[in-house]
Amino acid sequence: MRYLLNRLLVFPLVMFGVSVFVFVAVRLVPGDAITAMLGTESGLLTPAQRDALAAYFGLDQNWLVQFWRWLSGVLQGDLGISTTFGEPVLTVILRHFPLTLELAILSMLIALAIGIPSGIYAATRKDSVADFSVRVVAMVGQSTPSFVVALLLIFVLSVGFGVLPQMGTFVPFSEDPLRNLGQMILPAFTLGTAFAAAVIRISRSAMLDILSEDYVRTARSKGMPRRRVIWRHAFPNALIPVVTLSGVEFGYLLGGAVLVEQIFALPGLGRVVLDAIQQRDYALVQGSVLFIAFNFMVINLLVDLAYAALDPRIRLDAK
Amino acid sequence: MINVLWDIARHPSGRVGLTIVTVFVIAALVAELGLTPYDPLEQDRIARLQGPSGVHLFGTDLFGRDVLSRLMIGVSQSFTVSFLSVGAATLAGTVLGLTAAWYGGLWDGIVMRCMDVFLAFPAILLALLIIAVVGPGGWTSILAIAIVYTPIFTRVVRGPALSLKQRDFVDAARTFGSSRGYILTRHLALNIVAPLSVQITLALAWALVTEAGLSFLGLGTQPPHASLGLMLADARNLMELAPWLLLVPAIALMFAVLGFNLLGDALRDILDPKTRKALA
Amino acid sequence: MTALLSVRDLRVGFGARPEENTVVHGVSFDLAPGETLAIVGESGSGKSVTAMSLNRLVDFGGGSVLGGRIDFADADGTVTDLAQADEHVLERVRGRQIGMIFQEAMTSLNPVLSIGAQIEEIFRLQHGLGRAAAKEAARAALERVRIPDAERRLSYAPHQLSGGMQQRVMIAIALASNPRLLIADEPTTALDVTIQAQIMGLLSQMKQETGTGLIFITHDIGLVAGFADRIMVMQNGEVVEQGDLDLVLDRPQHPYTRHLLEAVPHFSDGKSARSDHATGPAAVKPRALTVEDLTVRFPVKSGPLRRRSGNVHAVEGVSFDLFKGETLGIVGESGSGKSTTARAILELVRPTRGRISAGRTVDGETTKPVQMVFQNPNASLNPRLTVGQLLAEPLIAIGHKVDRLARDRMAALIDRVGLPNDALARYPHEFSGGQRQRLCIARALVLNPSILVLDEAVSALDVSVQARVLDLLMDLQHEFALSYLFVSHDMAVVERIAHRIAVIYAGSIVEIGKTAEVLAAPKHSYTKQLISAVPSIHRRRHAFSVDTRSVPSLIRPLDWEPDPAPWVRLNEHHMYRQEA
Repeated sequence: MRYLLNRLLVFPLVMFGVSVFVFVAVRLVPGDAITAMLGTESGLLTPAQRDALAAYFGLDQNWLVQFWRWLSGVLQGDLGISTTFGEPVLTVILRHFPLTLELAILSMLIALAIGIPSGIYAATRKDSVADFSVRVVAMVGQSTPSFVVALLLIFVLSVGFGVLPQMGTFVPFSEDPLRNLGQMILPAFTLGTAFAAAVIRISRSAMLDILSEDYVRTARSKGMPRRRVIWRHAFPNALIPVVTLSGVEFGYLLGGAVLVEQIFALPGLGRVVLDAIQQRDYALVQGSVLFIAFNFMVINLLVDLAYAALDPRIRLDAK
Repeated sequence: MINVLWDIARHPSGRVGLTIVTVFVIAALVAELGLTPYDPLEQDRIARLQGPSGVHLFGTDLFGRDVLSRLMIGVSQSFTVSFLSVGAATLAGTVLGLTAAWYGGLWDGIVMRCMDVFLAFPAILLALLIIAVVGPGGWTSILAIAIVYTPIFTRVVRGPALSLKQRDFVDAARTFGSSRGYILTRHLALNIVAPLSVQITLALAWALVTEAGLSFLGLGTQPPHASLGLMLADARNLMELAPWLLLVPAIALMFAVLGFNLLGDALRDILDPKTRKALA
Repeated sequence: MTALLSVRDLRVGFGARPEENTVVHGVSFDLAPGETLAIVGESGSGKSVTAMSLNRLVDFGGGSVLGGRIDFADADGTVTDLAQADEHVLERVRGRQIGMIFQEAMTSLNPVLSIGAQIEEIFRLQHGLGRAAAKEAARAALERVRIPDAERRLSYAPHQLSGGMQQRVMIAIALASNPRLLIADEPTTALDVTIQAQIMGLLSQMKQETGTGLIFITHDIGLVAGFADRIMVMQNGEVVEQGDLDLVLDRPQHPYTRHLLEAVPHFSDGKSARSDHATGPAAVKPRALTVEDLTVRFPVKSGPLRRRSGNVHAVEGVSFDLFKGETLGIVGESGSGKSTTARAILELVRPTRGRISAGRTVDGETTKPVQMVFQNPNASLNPRLTVGQLLAEPLIAIGHKVDRLARDRMAALIDRVGLPNDALARYPHEFSGGQRQRLCIARALVLNPSILVLDEAVSALDVSVQARVLDLLMDLQHEFALSYLFVSHDMAVVERIAHRIAVIYAGSIVEIGKTAEVLAAPKHSYTKQLISAVPSIHRRRHAFSVDTRSVPSLIRPLDWEPDPAPWVRLNEHHMYRQEA
């Protein structure tokens, strides 16, 4: 439990580090926000109008003051106003986040549903034909970048079957679940394949290690049937590295899959950040990156909690 | 070193990985020497969008440029970025990880918290941010990817270094009064080479993917130069008309990544004492 | 046929081509119901593989039974050949008919399941008991192995129990179904000697209570002298000798058995102590090393702010002299502070207080008069350096050039410790465990030290290798006029090499004196307990008692200072702490 407490104490420290890093980084981006916001129209502004706009967005102060204002705003739940959308940053994020979250959950479900059973099946039949096939598939899956999978999927569907993925305007799940899932299935599958490959590989190797552990031998010496040895004695132990991997991958997916969103024309968080960087929308970049880092760390904490639930050595250790 | 190469050649997946990587490296070297079948930048208005044939093995693109030549120079570009960025990340990560493990305390805390900050970003996002600051281009990709992978190498080095620090041979060295430099290089660094080499190989695979992704978004290698990501981006709208434009770089990228992944797996098996025995 | 188990010409191999890699070549033996057979052998003798072939656990470790019969008689008299049985039959034999306990109880219990869950499942799956009945049965099983407060312990995770308790849980698991045969594979090797005695005592009682047949595998022939009915000695996968206990111990036929009985250190209550070093009047003897009031405490931090809340009193007020040319043995169990004492002398840990003064060497050439040899030669030699580089390190450390003279000295040392002269260019992994420890000894001698601290220096070696390394150490001691501080948990080894012994318990020396005197006539109750727990071929049919005295906690509040008991002095060398 001390470990968890330690993590909790580090949390704000890292968040602060992320804030400083992002704040400074966006301000180092060449070009200024007002010009980027208004595009060609910015040439029509009088200096007075320009100053007024800068003052409105708080860009007239020095960095330290800007940072302090922004940080105290963040602590009160105010992430500032986006210069591109003209809306509060939080509103923009919360509009795009559900899609990212849905995509991440779907991908993880696909990955775990495929990955864990195949990984364990392969491990229990080490060096069989089935094991070999699973390993080859996993290796190829892990070696194919997601955006290549996306392009190949679209290619196969459109050239081979004459079907075009339902791009068009994105429909939220709450409005039309079926249409939404129709739009999400390809991107989710795309992101799920590499994820699944990683899950297969880690669950296979973890299971292999654990099947040679002394306590598995003990379970066998007790005369426990094969299925019970695998699922009751080995599996919970093999789950620990799978949870770690899934946590990290899921955490990164919550940051938005920039490339896959781009290819499938999905308005997710990844594209918001990409656009915001290109538009020098300081507040939006800062806010969304902070939001993403926050999610990532929350997921990490949840992973730690899962460890504690799975392993009494972590749960009960006084050390 | 020779021994390891020999072991890889005898390892079933290592053999495949080594072959793939060697083919790519040779192709890249040939391209660097200017020995591609055609000039990868030369446009030929007459021979636009030609399918694979004896004249153009992998066909031509929208501007009539030879796809094989562009692939070769693209591979060279992608590999250069990967090798340089992973090299830089390895160097930085080793120094940070070793010193963090050895000195512990405040320095360890500062280094590892900084790495935590970087690790809290998805890799591509961090790279995007860095590119936005420095501006797109090949060198920027190298810098961005190096920064993205430095925390990973720092962790990979620090973990074993911490446990090596507790080993009896380091205690023995202390009883002789061996210098800090001697212990850090001979007893720690030398023993980290094995896990590090596995990580380097796998990082080369990831770096290829990241580089291709950045170029695909138009933030890496800039046209008219070729890179795998850029070729994929160009092929996007032509995939029904000229599928080879998509398939050639896609398959090449897959194989390159696969090659390094297989090599990394083989290295892990060979350098792991547990499996080493089983292989012998 | 009345045998419980009858093994004939058992052959076992490993790997993809087991025929080419056999490790058990034609083993045959019988076991009557209720009988105890000890299988004795060193590592690589095939003793464990033989045992694991009986219930065919060997199948899961990459092994396969290549030939022979394993006839096992059921309670109703039906005989099954387990060598041919399929997995389905074996699952019904394992646990129900054949129970097994292993060397490392810690790793043999599933870390994520409670003790209770691991016992209850036997009753639920094999005996069809309901949840509540299974729990009750599990509690009874724990009580049977004398685990106090069994009800509460059911919900414990394995890591919350001590090593001895974990091994008892393993015994409870193995005996849960009242099997007809219990296989114990080195069940006490990982345990301290007093805990070992408790486990041996428990096993004796279990044997009587349940009437189970027992196959006990060990490398220590002395351990089974008080315990087994018959002994079977194995070497390189073959049985070299088997017979009744007394017959094998008193009239060994095979040279290897004789070697195990004679060359290997066996504890003999001080009778085999050294007599080569005249321990004259202490006042006039030159001292090599003087340790005064050595105290080492490690901070204990607790709470969210990691405030220092107490200390681990690892070493508390230890004082002794090490005379020139003698060996002082420091014996104690794990956690007693013996290794910390050694490490403090080498400045690897910082003493909280106390004085350590080592005399200069005769020629005054080196600044490092004390060198150390560690327990595990694998861990104390950097695998990436050649032997030449390893031996040169101490020289480089004191700023010496590795010149021709130095190289000659290294070659001479290598030769002196009995290694081939091409060793300098090779890597440590090319040598056996015993050779590696010789390397460590050579390395420790490079700087011409006057004192060697040997921390469990032979404990990781096979028993017959131990004897030869001990002989080498004694020769070197004479040749180079070395003083040894020999730290060990192994009473038999210390008896052989030490002129004097200091017994350390919970961080303090409780008794010190000449080896023969202390071992023959121990005065302090802990020394007595320790000595009575040591197995010995000289103590035939010795019954180990099930004593559960536990070591006091070494964690104390911040301002705690001990109040050391006064010494009782018997003669110039022998003294012990007075007890309340």
